[in-house]
Amino acid sequence: MRFLFKTDYDDDIRLFPHSGYVVSYGLLIAVLLIAPYVLSSYLMSQLVFVCIYATVGVALLILTGFTGQASLGHAAFLAIGAYTAAYLQKYNVPFPVYFLAAGLLTGLIGALVGFPALRLQGIYLVIATISFAFIVEEILARWESVTNGNEGMRIKTLSLLGVAVPRDSPAFYFLCLAVLVLTIVGTLNLLRSPTGRAFVAIRDSETAARSMGVNVALYKVKSFAISAAITGFAGVLFAHKLSFISPEMFTLQLSIEFIIVILIGGTFSLHGAVLGAIFIVMIDPFLTYLKDDMPGIIAGVAATFGAGAEAAANVQAKVAAFASLNGLKGAIYGVIIVLFVLFEPLGLYGRWLKIKLFFQLFPLYKRATFKRQKIYVKSERNR
Amino acid sequence: MLDFVQQLVSGIALGCVYGLIALGFVLVYKATEVVNFAQGDLMMLGGFFAFTFIGMMGLNYWVGFAGAVAAMALFGMLAERIVVRPILGYPQFSIIMATIGLGYFLRSVAGMIWGTDDLKIETPFSQGVLRIGALVLAYDKLSVIAATVILCTLFYLFFNKTTLGTAMRASSENMLAAYYMGIPVKRVVSIVWAISAAVATCAGVLLAPITFIHSNVGLVLGLKAFPAAVLGGFGSIPGAVVGGVLIGVIESMAGFYLPEGWKDVAPYVVLLAVLLLKPEGLFGLHVRKKV
Repeated sequence: MRFLFKTDYDDDIRLFPHSGYVVSYGLLIAVLLIAPYVLSSYLMSQLVFVCIYATVGVALLILTGFTGQASLGHAAFLAIGAYTAAYLQKYNVPFPVYFLAAGLLTGLIGALVGFPALRLQGIYLVIATISFAFIVEEILARWESVTNGNEGMRIKTLSLLGVAVPRDSPAFYFLCLAVLVLTIVGTLNLLRSPTGRAFVAIRDSETAARSMGVNVALYKVKSFAISAAITGFAGVLFAHKLSFISPEMFTLQLSIEFIIVILIGGTFSLHGAVLGAIFIVMIDPFLTYLKDDMPGIIAGVAATFGAGAEAAANVQAKVAAFASLNGLKGAIYGVIIVLFVLFEPLGLYGRWLKIKLFFQLFPLYKRATFKRQKIYVKSERNR
Repeated sequence: MLDFVQQLVSGIALGCVYGLIALGFVLVYKATEVVNFAQGDLMMLGGFFAFTFIGMMGLNYWVGFAGAVAAMALFGMLAERIVVRPILGYPQFSIIMATIGLGYFLRSVAGMIWGTDDLKIETPFSQGVLRIGALVLAYDKLSVIAATVILCTLFYLFFNKTTLGTAMRASSENMLAAYYMGIPVKRVVSIVWAISAAVATCAGVLLAPITFIHSNVGLVLGLKAFPAAVLGGFGSIPGAVVGGVLIGVIESMAGFYLPEGWKDVAPYVVLLAVLLLKPEGLFGLHVRKKV
């Protein structure tokens, strides 16, 4: 076990507290860099989605995880980013320009959403962001001169400084990865700055933050704007990856998926966004696997445990029928959300921390270390 | 003028449905400060239960209706016990997510069991219209309005006049203090969920002749009920119904007088306006915060 002795104020805000971090993150980057030359094209495509979802997850973490403002409207910000890119691309605007423009516009709209959100809290804020997302969705469907309505828009191949970057090429993956890494590093820096500290203070207690001199309104709007802008950047990549966008892609369902990303990953650390994104994106290949291979495996197990050939075939058919049921994905989503909220509210990253602490403190680990306080009094709940 | 009255009445009927769903939100919110995002899905499930009893087993409409309400009340208790009780007292966001998850689950499972077709229940109100002069009112819509008025009155009396209702209000204010005063808080919460599931079922069954039953009906209507609940001020029973009716009328008027597309957006525009101008709603109480 490593003991960190803090001898300097900078020790508290160092990006890499000790050399172990440099080694492990260096290895991770190396693995990610060679991934496109090793993995199949399908998995590569999923990995690109992991990067995009993780970027949105980081954006959502800034708002929900660190500022404590829940949002169920991030699909709308993603849509605004995607549509800005698609619209500007029609007029041959170069990629770097419309990439930045999308982020700027989305950030601006995020700030505009932030203003009404100043007076709202908790459930009201959730409902307000849902309404905002609905209105954006409807505008996208109706403003046909710009968005082409329900027919959707095609997005041409990305061209970066004259070089074409097709959506399934390794270069596109590297672009997404670069955006993700830059976002994460930027967010880490943000969280070490006074702004980030103010965000966390607002999350923990708005009243206390205000009495410490934090301009709550300003920082809430800032948080909304930053979160929206990052989501807008992700939207540009999302549009390029899909190469076709239409309003029905950016529904409440997608917003909920983003929330699930940070819920499953863990809402208190940026690791959560990445872990959650991996989980959400990889659930599709996993379900396909379940559908294709599981019946055979279960039948095999049944056969080993003494079931006859006929019974085994029967089992196989039943499992196959179950696995191909419509809506199985939705049910699994639902169960996963409920199980995480009930049993692992800190998410995958929280679980990892618990396991790590268990081994570090081996015989002395206490479950109560991670116990959260329950509040049963109304006046203490709204703070 | 006639068009206007016709739209008004159909808006009121639609609004009553929103009001009934919002009533379910409000009941749960009043007693536990939890917002149940699966309320619309409970309504959908209630409709399916009623379909099973009436359409598939061939029971009498009223018997099937009562059966569905009873079954859903039990189901509401079960959902509360499994999903909500372990996380009561945690941040609202956790509970919202848990109920969203529950909603997902119910929607998919209902789709698996009853299929994805639109189902219909034969009701005594399915046919027939009431004519007042040139005005034509369908019985199924009138039945929704009547049921809403009755349920709303019942709940208003229940919360303000009965011991159990007072216990519910007390546990909403301060669960610990209520517990020390001898109120069985757990049982109270359980009963509230049963009642709210039962109200949702009433909405689902009454709605069956109008919108049919399918697994996504809860999502669509449940989300429209939020503006209703907010407009009325979360936590006020008359507010939920008044808010529901207002939203229904606004939607219906917007569909008739405004360009296409406004019908679906109008409730949310109203919602945002309310949140901006008067976040506590029409009948809501202003909550002071404690540091």
